[in-house]
Amino acid sequence: MSDTDLIAATAAGTAALIRDRQVSPEECLEAWLERTAADDLNGYLWRADGESATNGVDGKADSPVAGVPVAIKDIFCTAGVPTTAASKILEGYRPPYSATAVRKLADAGMPMLGKTNMDEFAMGSSNENSAYGPALNPWDRSRVPGGSSGGSAAVVAGGLAPWALGTDTGGSIRQPAALCGIVGLKPTYGSISRYGMIAFASSLDQCGPLTQDVTDAALLLSQLQGRDEMDSTSTGIEGGVALPSAEDLTGMRFGIPSDLIGEGVDPGVKAVFDRTVARIEELGGTVSEIVLPHAGHGISAYYVLAPAEASTNLSRYDGVRYGIRDSNADLTSMYEVTRGDGFGPEVKRRIMLGTYALSSGYYDAYYGRAQRVRTMIVRDFDAAFVDVDFVITPTSPSVAFGLGEKTTDPLTMYLNDLFTVPMSLAGIPAISIPAGMAAPEGGGSEMPVGFQIAAPAFGEQKLLEASFALEKAINFDPSGGRVR
Amino acid sequence: MIEREQVLHVAKLSRLRLDEDEVSRLEGELSSILEHVDRLAEIDIEGVEPTSHVVPLENVLRDDVPRPSLDRDLALSQAPDPHDGAFRVPSPQAEG
Repeated sequence: MSDTDLIAATAAGTAALIRDRQVSPEECLEAWLERTAADDLNGYLWRADGESATNGVDGKADSPVAGVPVAIKDIFCTAGVPTTAASKILEGYRPPYSATAVRKLADAGMPMLGKTNMDEFAMGSSNENSAYGPALNPWDRSRVPGGSSGGSAAVVAGGLAPWALGTDTGGSIRQPAALCGIVGLKPTYGSISRYGMIAFASSLDQCGPLTQDVTDAALLLSQLQGRDEMDSTSTGIEGGVALPSAEDLTGMRFGIPSDLIGEGVDPGVKAVFDRTVARIEELGGTVSEIVLPHAGHGISAYYVLAPAEASTNLSRYDGVRYGIRDSNADLTSMYEVTRGDGFGPEVKRRIMLGTYALSSGYYDAYYGRAQRVRTMIVRDFDAAFVDVDFVITPTSPSVAFGLGEKTTDPLTMYLNDLFTVPMSLAGIPAISIPAGMAAPEGGGSEMPVGFQIAAPAFGEQKLLEASFALEKAINFDPSGGRVR
Repeated sequence: MIEREQVLHVAKLSRLRLDEDEVSRLEGELSSILEHVDRLAEIDIEGVEPTSHVVPLENVLRDDVPRPSLDRDLALSQAPDPHDGAFRVPSPQAEG
């Protein structure tokens, strides 16, 4: 077994090689650590060595993933290992405990390869808001990998990790997965514990897998899901998650929300979407038009609710208990200077926006109204799922854009999340699978296009089955993303 | 429209020290974001209940059994200025 074969295998394939004793867990880890050392995508903010990778990992775990290493987004607390959420304010922070998701993977015998780059506190859609410079898209290094889980997407697509953990608040797993040509799954809110996951917007944040294929996504989700007494909002997925096996889409009903998709999609992306819809029909699925009348207001509601929650969650960074302290003047000045220096521009913008929306005199007009619009979006999905099993959209309106292309106007960046935010507000599961390639509007070589499928709450198994059958028919070639 | 005074007021509420460039940039940026958000006013929300949380859960309680919590020294180990078993902070009184 050569290292090249090992690196080319999916995570499930690697697990099988270890089980069949064709490769030892030690050899496997060594081969992957050599890969992470070759990271020229700025995908990792911290890389493990042989010792730190296996620290706390159950080497004798009897699990279907034992010995398969994983990359962890830097938003997860990892005991004794630097955790910054890509923010200067947490520079040097080594958490005293690990997130439940991280601990579960260690208990299942999975070594940790490193902590991946991201937008600061998961706020962003391009990874350009990292205090440590952006991760690069392995298909074209002049382009963004998407965000906020950009580092996780870049290392999986680039062949620098077999799979990775990410988080999704408004699209932060699905959009980077789409832009990097891999699979990204945001599970139902509550499926996976949020304990130890640095909070951005607590009613929306959810952890999930970024993987090479749908089978790997199912496998990683099966290890992560479950109720956790440390997170009272966690419920797990009843009955667990099995590896998908559907051969076709017979009897499955897909709905296209034409009112949401509208005109704002790049023609190349639209062409891939239309081709994928045709494939669904070839596989025996039915496709119909549906309406989500309020989903188009998702961005507006989201950019009130998420910053409002963030402004309260981020009040804990005050230079007292962890992270940096930048002043020793009086207490209030210490807070103001530390936070002013420690947070980057996007984080400050969202704290300001959220504080404004919650401030006296504006609460009902912004926060209260956005919460009611959220209810209407939830009802839109409830109504749609009476007639169809799945809602389908392009994951992102364009392919990966150039570094610096959308940084001047925050609103332009926010509108990227148009198709992913409604599912987050409704708390339902949604996956992005690579569906083909399209040339960027401004010119350049072809880049991956993602196809989003959403299902009713806790419909993960059906979602994975449909994605599995469709993935096989699409037969996407990921080799263009591999770092050589 | 967000004006300079509002930016300064919200910055104060947020405990953020902003420099002059940031204040003037945020004036424009917050205005344009809120202009977009103001489209929410077009929707009739009469009689619609707010959603703060999507999972129907109530009163998730655990048994009230004492158990060890985070060790004090470990909790203090990440603080910028731990002192005598506590988090030390500067005086709340402004000097001078």
